[in-house]
Amino acid sequence: MKNKKTKAAKRSNRAEEKRTVVLSSLKDLGEQLYAQLSHKQWPAVKMPSRSITNINYDKHVRQYVLGDHYVNRSARNIRHVRPLTQLVWTGSFVNELSSERKTSTLRDVFYSAQAYEMSFTDQAESDDIITDLETVLGHSREDFNVFPEERSAIFGDLTIQYTVPGYEGKTLNLSSHPDGMMIGPALTNAEFVECKADKIIAIEKGGLFTRFIEERVHEKFKALLIHTAGQAPRATRALLRRMNNELGLPVYIFCDADPWGMHIANVIISGSANAAHLRDLNTPDAKWAGVWASDIVDYKLPSDPLTDLDIKRLYELDKDPRYEGKLWKQEIQTFLKVKRKSEQEAFSRYGLAYIVDKYLPAKLKELG
Amino acid sequence: MSLQEVFQEISAADFFYRNRDIAGFTNPSRAIYSTIRELVENSLDACEIREIPPEIYLRVSHESGPTEGPGIYRVHIEDNGIGIPADIVPSAFGQVLFGSKYKLRQTRGTFGLGGKMALLYGQITTHGKATITSSVGPTKIHQYELAIDIQKNRPLILNHRTIPNQDRWHGTVIEFSTEADYTRAMPKILEYLMQTAIVAPYASITYVDPRGRLYRFDRATLKMPKPPLETLPHPYGVDVETMRRLIDVAKEHTMVDFLKNNFHRVGKTIATSFLQQVNIPNKKNPKKLTPDEIVQLVNGMKNFKFLPPDASCLSPLGEELLEAGIRKELSPEFVSVYQRKPSAYSGFPFIIEVGVAYGGQIEQGQGVKLFRFANKIPLLFDEASDVSWKVVNGGIDWRHYKVSPDMPIAVFVHICSTKVPYKTVGKEFIADRPDVEREIVNALREVSRQLSLFLSKKINLAHDKRRLDVFEKYLPKIATFSAKLAKKKPVDVTPLLKGVLRHEEQEDEGSEEI
Repeated sequence: MKNKKTKAAKRSNRAEEKRTVVLSSLKDLGEQLYAQLSHKQWPAVKMPSRSITNINYDKHVRQYVLGDHYVNRSARNIRHVRPLTQLVWTGSFVNELSSERKTSTLRDVFYSAQAYEMSFTDQAESDDIITDLETVLGHSREDFNVFPEERSAIFGDLTIQYTVPGYEGKTLNLSSHPDGMMIGPALTNAEFVECKADKIIAIEKGGLFTRFIEERVHEKFKALLIHTAGQAPRATRALLRRMNNELGLPVYIFCDADPWGMHIANVIISGSANAAHLRDLNTPDAKWAGVWASDIVDYKLPSDPLTDLDIKRLYELDKDPRYEGKLWKQEIQTFLKVKRKSEQEAFSRYGLAYIVDKYLPAKLKELG
Repeated sequence: MSLQEVFQEISAADFFYRNRDIAGFTNPSRAIYSTIRELVENSLDACEIREIPPEIYLRVSHESGPTEGPGIYRVHIEDNGIGIPADIVPSAFGQVLFGSKYKLRQTRGTFGLGGKMALLYGQITTHGKATITSSVGPTKIHQYELAIDIQKNRPLILNHRTIPNQDRWHGTVIEFSTEADYTRAMPKILEYLMQTAIVAPYASITYVDPRGRLYRFDRATLKMPKPPLETLPHPYGVDVETMRRLIDVAKEHTMVDFLKNNFHRVGKTIATSFLQQVNIPNKKNPKKLTPDEIVQLVNGMKNFKFLPPDASCLSPLGEELLEAGIRKELSPEFVSVYQRKPSAYSGFPFIIEVGVAYGGQIEQGQGVKLFRFANKIPLLFDEASDVSWKVVNGGIDWRHYKVSPDMPIAVFVHICSTKVPYKTVGKEFIADRPDVEREIVNALREVSRQLSLFLSKKINLAHDKRRLDVFEKYLPKIATFSAKLAKKKPVDVTPLLKGVLRHEEQEDEGSEEI
């Protein structure tokens, strides 16, 4: 009991510590440029190149990482002076956000720039600059309070404590609302107080997420349920990793039985190439629990033929270093053999409860 | 010369009365344009022949009839030219094809036709008379009231009086009424006067239009081109009919003398070897040549290597004057002019002068604007049929000279020749003779190279300016935002901005783009 308490106390500082680190690296960035300017040097920022040739798969950390190519973004170069200015502005903007404990969205950043005559051509440009800032600082944008629009949800017996202004110290059990709780900035920054679950089940589709809650999967299987809403947002991936690390909960991922569903699971496990400059977004020990290609056969699921695009995608994934494991290879081959795909909802042909009562126990048992 | 008598027999006035389209009097709009053009050109010729800086006063006033559409207008023109001897005035103005322009010499008109056509057109549209006042400088000024007897091609002198000339004035004043559609012709008339001012920068032209507006084209220089010398025809440019006429009036008794005295750049040696080649005896009397022999002679001339015509009979404007003209009327940022060495087509010598200008009052966005001149006459019609147009729109690769279609660029092409190779009798565009085209292309390449240098400089300056603008916009922001992050006061970036242009060469080494 005592041990648990110190752990909780340690945890409650986590968000604050992160904030301090981010603010200090922002200050470092400012001081670096300031020093260059006061020495009458052209301000410049060096950062790892994110060009495709510099993205490598690191088997050690089991995710994509950036190689040792660097770019020097210098104000001396007329093609760089604008993006560099945008980078510094973005830095000063998120510095304000973090200092005032406010959050923003990617879209918001795009519009805020216009107040400083710093306008971006389009949101793609501002998103790109935010990615630059992530690369320079080594922190993901959620760490400096910039969130994407898409939100996923969580449900289960986990009590959290808020750290966001106005809610500091308040606690909430994540099973309080049957639709699940939105994984937004407040939840992302919250501390874990008490958890009665012993596993996490991430689900691609909202319909199945609701079904699982209705079928009381969280009780029957002592599970926290996560709705990824398609490809899981980075905040959700970060949360999964935290729960896996801090709470020691195994993660099982359920998606459609097609190359796209399979890839949702893979990104949660191995991360994306787009986030090669970041760490702590993947959960290497998470397990892809289905629906597998072999399940289509084994459970005689209603299925559709794979399209040309699906097959092309499978061949791409087959060459992807993240798909090196035996399970991945085997399932890709099965897909290519049966040339069929199924959705998670396909289990409904055996009745609404079948997936929970029969399939899920069998899968969890199989995966240990 | 008896050539005029040949024409008189067919009543030239009558001929042109019936075929006035030929001389540019197609309709009341075109007629007033041609009238003004012919009168101004006669006045300029009358000054240039003795290097008198022209002072021309032109007035067109509305007399009766509507002001929109065809009405009756009064035309008045004064010059300070050499004037016309009193006894010649009636013929000079009242007899078509009488004039001083039959010899081979570069002049604006060719047949002395235009001025008389203007009077003829005035007479047939208004039944009016013309008043001609002229003096060559002595004590008397002669004033005639004239009409033309169209059927007989003879002047009708309605009145003649003399006025004392205390100031020893010389020049000519012409006044008559004519039908005109002035409103329609106005843009072309103003364009004509402006372009004339370009090609005659030593002339001062004053124009008062029917609404009383004053247009003044001041001279920019007193320097004038050397007047052209008269020249004999070159053997390459002679046809059978011309040869027959030359023989008719020849006073020489031998072929050698005949060739030597009547042809340009033919001496005794050349005449002898040419006659040997065409198998005509040196001593033969030209009058005794048979029609076959004349044909043989003319054809032989085309194939014999005569000396090329020399250009002493030409009066080009010269680079200095062409540039002065362009500068004074268009005030461009840049001008380059070039005069080619004399060349010849079919035995007629010609010189191409060109100019290219950028900016000032040159219109933008219309592609390259072309100004065409022939023997110091602006050519305003049928531009697209002209050889210069062909060269400017295809013969020259403008991109090669850094020219883009949105630039305010004008090209000036002036051809001087004893016989301008007009394609049609309308005399508004130059035929695409290969020799002429080649000369225009070469001349334009020369000035385009200069233009290209100018544009490079200009583009570089604009480039530098744009660069500086970019740095001026962003560097202070970097200073502000980095200071904010570092919690310090912004650094002054002026010293860095001063170095912006010096750093240009380092730009490309930069770094890999993400």
